[in-house]
Amino acid sequence: MSAVLNNPPDDSEILLSVKDLTKYFPITGGLFSRVVAHVKAVDGVSFDLRRGETLGLVGESGCGKTTTGRAVLRLIEPTSGSIKFEGKEIVNLPKSQMRALRREMQIIFQDPFGSLNPRMSVGEIIEEPLAIHHMGNRHERERRVKELLEVVGLAGYHMRRYPHEFSGGQRQRVGIARALALNPKLIVADEPVSALDVSIQSQILNLLEDLQKEFGLTYLFIAHGLNVIRHISDRVGVMYLGAMVEIADSEEIYRKPLHPYTEALFSAIPIPNPTLKRERIILQGDVPSPVNPPKGCRFHTRCPIAQEQCKDDRPLLKESLPGHWVACHFR
Amino acid sequence: MIPETVTESVTPNAPMQETGSRSREWQAFWKNPLAIAGVIGLTFLVLFSFVGPLIYRVSTTNPNLLATLQAPTAHHLLGTDSLGRDVLARMMVGGQLSLEVGFAAAFMATFIGVVYGLISGMSGKWVDVILMRIVDIFIAIPGLFLLLFVDSVFRANAAVLLVVIGSLGWFGVARLVRSEVLTLKQRDYVEAARALGASNWRIMFRQLLPNVMGVVVVNSTFQVADAILTVAALSFLGLGLPPPTPNWGEMLSSSMSYMFQNAWWLIYPPGVAILIVELSVNFIGDAMRQAFDPRLRKA
Repeated sequence: MSAVLNNPPDDSEILLSVKDLTKYFPITGGLFSRVVAHVKAVDGVSFDLRRGETLGLVGESGCGKTTTGRAVLRLIEPTSGSIKFEGKEIVNLPKSQMRALRREMQIIFQDPFGSLNPRMSVGEIIEEPLAIHHMGNRHERERRVKELLEVVGLAGYHMRRYPHEFSGGQRQRVGIARALALNPKLIVADEPVSALDVSIQSQILNLLEDLQKEFGLTYLFIAHGLNVIRHISDRVGVMYLGAMVEIADSEEIYRKPLHPYTEALFSAIPIPNPTLKRERIILQGDVPSPVNPPKGCRFHTRCPIAQEQCKDDRPLLKESLPGHWVACHFR
Repeated sequence: MIPETVTESVTPNAPMQETGSRSREWQAFWKNPLAIAGVIGLTFLVLFSFVGPLIYRVSTTNPNLLATLQAPTAHHLLGTDSLGRDVLARMMVGGQLSLEVGFAAAFMATFIGVVYGLISGMSGKWVDVILMRIVDIFIAIPGLFLLLFVDSVFRANAAVLLVVIGSLGWFGVARLVRSEVLTLKQRDYVEAARALGASNWRIMFRQLLPNVMGVVVVNSTFQVADAILTVAALSFLGLGLPPPTPNWGEMLSSSMSYMFQNAWWLIYPPGVAILIVELSVNFIGDAMRQAFDPRLRKA
């Protein structure tokens, strides 16, 4: 894994910098579709992504990790906040400039069935990014498509086939080839293995790692599988109810989670040793609704160590240990 | 990494004749017996209508009051109508107008409807609301009323007729396409195209259009018959083309009056002709839908 660990990164090392990102989805109701409330899917998320690293985002479903990933690419327009890609603010970038910038950042989807157009051959699907950005002539593009297919472990002649002729893992490879076609620097991998068989998962993860080494890619890796995240990430960010509660180096956070939510979450990882007894932390209650999140600390309604202070005072991410950031008043 | 492809039967059977880029589709099309039946049916009617009159030279307009409502004989193969005109000759000439108007109007309606529906579904928000309310307004007005109105403003001829029918037939298509687009645009592959930097137009025509073509093709086959029958309805009201020019719809509707005189030779020929058009177009449409959908196409 990458060498950039605890030393504070200088600016050129940071590929992507997200500050106070929020995304509120309006809920409309009534006769004239008035906005009656907002789903606060992402509410003040900040993180930096260093060149060549993999930042894993974990959290239970509905915590805003996918929204964060899409907002970073402006596939969902953020409500507020700042996203800097290579030092350049992209939140208010006009459409035309954004389109050009899309060559630098790509996405891999969770559902290998929905992410490929059933009416296009695999060759056409992978050629599409090249055609959109007017790269090369037809022969050059065809050569590039074949090359990409081989890079992701398929064969050149597969380009004439259609998505439905492939298995889930193979389709995911096609999706990866499409994302690679423009030589991006950043890839947002939105649960890229969640829909696959366990046996195929590791193949795809290994492929992603190999590609990272080969092309110097930076991943924002979204997943809910804790083992998957541990396997692939250099650093891990934990999200709860639209907020980042803890972010630290992968080994560090698994060894010594600081935030009570992270603790509880990681205590759910099964240990492959039947004689070892582990203390599971069972949280009380359900995740509150993101329409009306609790005041103060998001987690105080379920937190085992909550105090009076937590009810009003929202903790910010602070560096408790070197390189280990946590949003808790007491850790 | 171990590519899982090795387990898959690696048959480099891909014939690399890339040139005719849609050749696979057409091969599949011609293997479909229904497609062949449809093509034969349609070819027959086209030849019948456009080549037939060159061979069977009998007047379609000269009345012969001494030979009205005659059953088929060797002299009049399909009998004569109430004015003693030869039905076979009128079927041939009438087919020209019916086929022309039917296909052109259906094509026009489909084209407008598809583009309109794509734009409406893709733009969303208030553009969609406005565009769909316009469609609602037109749907709320009885089509026949609009036809009568336009018909009374313009002097009826084949061109006016087809433009009028075509421009009044696209509302349903537009709605159909729009609703398809609304679901399709949520798919990840559309999101992927956007992430790649594709413009809305590119997404509409490259990603969405091929996926809505299935329903569109099937729908447009019905429109051909619809248009032919609309011409008939207008003729029935005396607002279609002026009387001496025959067309199938008009022949069918005017033959109704002679139903109780057992004048079957007036009713069946135009009825069967319209049925053959409808079936042929439907077969062809269905075969095309199957041939162009990779999931339905048989190798």
